[in-house]
Amino acid sequence: MAETDATRTGAAEPAGAGPQRQGAGGRAGPRAVTDGAPTRAEYCVLACAEAWRDAGEVLASPMGTVPSIGARLARLTFSPDLLLTDGEALLIGDVPALGARAEVTEGWLPYRGHLALVATGRRHVMMGASQIDRFGNQNISCIGDWSRPARQLLGARGAPANTVNNPTSYWVPRHSPRSFVEQVDMVCGVGYDRAAAAGPAAARFHRIPEVISDLGVFDFATPGRTMRVRSLHPGVTVEQVRAATGFALAVPPGVPATREPTAGELRLIREVIDPHGLREGEVRT
Amino acid sequence: MSDKTMSADAAVGRLASGMTIGIGGWGSRRKPMALVRAVLRSELRELTLVSYGGPDVGLLAAAGKLRRVIAPFATLDSIPLEPHFRAARQNGSIDFTELDEAMFMWGLTAAGQRLPFLPVRAGLGSDLLRVNPGLRTVTSPYPDGEELVAAPALRLDAALVHLHRADARGNGQYLGPDPYFDDLFCEAADAAYLSCERIVDSAELTAAGGPQTLLVKRPFVQGVVEAPNGAHFTACEPDYGRDETFQKAYATAAADPARWAEFAARFLSGDEQEYQDAVAAFHGRTGQHERKGA
Repeated sequence: MAETDATRTGAAEPAGAGPQRQGAGGRAGPRAVTDGAPTRAEYCVLACAEAWRDAGEVLASPMGTVPSIGARLARLTFSPDLLLTDGEALLIGDVPALGARAEVTEGWLPYRGHLALVATGRRHVMMGASQIDRFGNQNISCIGDWSRPARQLLGARGAPANTVNNPTSYWVPRHSPRSFVEQVDMVCGVGYDRAAAAGPAAARFHRIPEVISDLGVFDFATPGRTMRVRSLHPGVTVEQVRAATGFALAVPPGVPATREPTAGELRLIREVIDPHGLREGEVRT
Repeated sequence: MSDKTMSADAAVGRLASGMTIGIGGWGSRRKPMALVRAVLRSELRELTLVSYGGPDVGLLAAAGKLRRVIAPFATLDSIPLEPHFRAARQNGSIDFTELDEAMFMWGLTAAGQRLPFLPVRAGLGSDLLRVNPGLRTVTSPYPDGEELVAAPALRLDAALVHLHRADARGNGQYLGPDPYFDDLFCEAADAAYLSCERIVDSAELTAAGGPQTLLVKRPFVQGVVEAPNGAHFTACEPDYGRDETFQKAYATAAADPARWAEFAARFLSGDEQEYQDAVAAFHGRTGQHERKGA
């Protein structure tokens, strides 16, 4: 989904939000890769999939192409109980390729049901973020002063409800100082500091398990609940990620590399879930 | 039995400047575009628009019809950002009440249920409370004592929705996978105007789909407008999908004032039939062009 308007105009990445329809279709990437070493986009897919490991019997709600492939990979491998939608109002019983039609419908989830499901907590959403800060506050609304923005983006969408009701992770396909910022211009998705300050009702179900970018995987497992490097994708250095981040990242000693996909996982990504290589169109090489 | 059928212009003639108008659908999906086009042809102005925003927001903003938009977003779905909405926000020509999607749903529900608000967790900790200084919290009177956001009722002077079928009395049927919130819009409004692809006899409704497809009930509908292709260019599955080619032309034109003037003159200067004819011609020329290029 989410082509490039926000990107072109410098507002960092376009971002999905509430129960926005996940990306079926979109631009075709370069020719599909069917053998060879994993690409950066494939590490990103794997990292997104890992966000849904042990999620249990919940709706995986991916915004964007790479997270959509990741959710399907998780369902086909280590998280078989996940629920997935067809990108419209149906829960699908099988796992078709991106853009292909599901053969099996196992449930009905129109927007009103989706919004209500959020409040049950039986969902782990992965949204986009035009801006995100060290506490995980996220912005997809606008850049600049809200009252007269320099750049209007999508609007808050479902981010406020998502973040105080169900686990919310983020996918940022272009890690830069413009997307990883000291302070977001408008808090749509609530970060750890703001949730704590808003009181027990806000913090009760608040959780940001992971932020995944084209450079690595990040979490908030620090005493101050600030963003920490969990793993870097192979080929990425600590210096590189620091330079691309507009705030001081916590970097534990001996940061591991994002794990390698297995041969079976790579085959599923390349041949079953994303045979047209759409993942390569979302991540710069 | 009262026959509520009327023309789109007659329905819009019941509206007044300054009103708060709710528009059904979601993003670029099943928007009552024939009714929106009738609003564009009218003298109405200073409207407050309540919408899960799509091109309805953009077109009305570009035509200077709006004072305020109440919405959680405005998008064309396959094109993430609504260009006219974006321009209107950036040049400060409209006021914006930005809400969360769920907060919006419970606000519509509260309005239909004649409640002042419904409590939601959505909004806590977010800047929605900063940019909407009128938003209030409410403390649970029960032992949990939770402090929640009081999503205010979104009461409407009028609602405009587009469904697949309706009878002349105002019973509306959807045949796609998602009802969106069209019944809630109608119930939240003092008057609702329902356009549809086709007006049928009441007996025909359940021949097309099960009773659960009968979404909108006639006490909540004051006018029924037959508007074939009336959601164009937004999606109206299963009758037709989004006209992506046309939407792209819309978005491209909307990004440039000179091109927008051309687009508006070509498509929006006449009545609904002229619009539909111009769209047909647009595709005819596109087709010829493609064949030449092939």
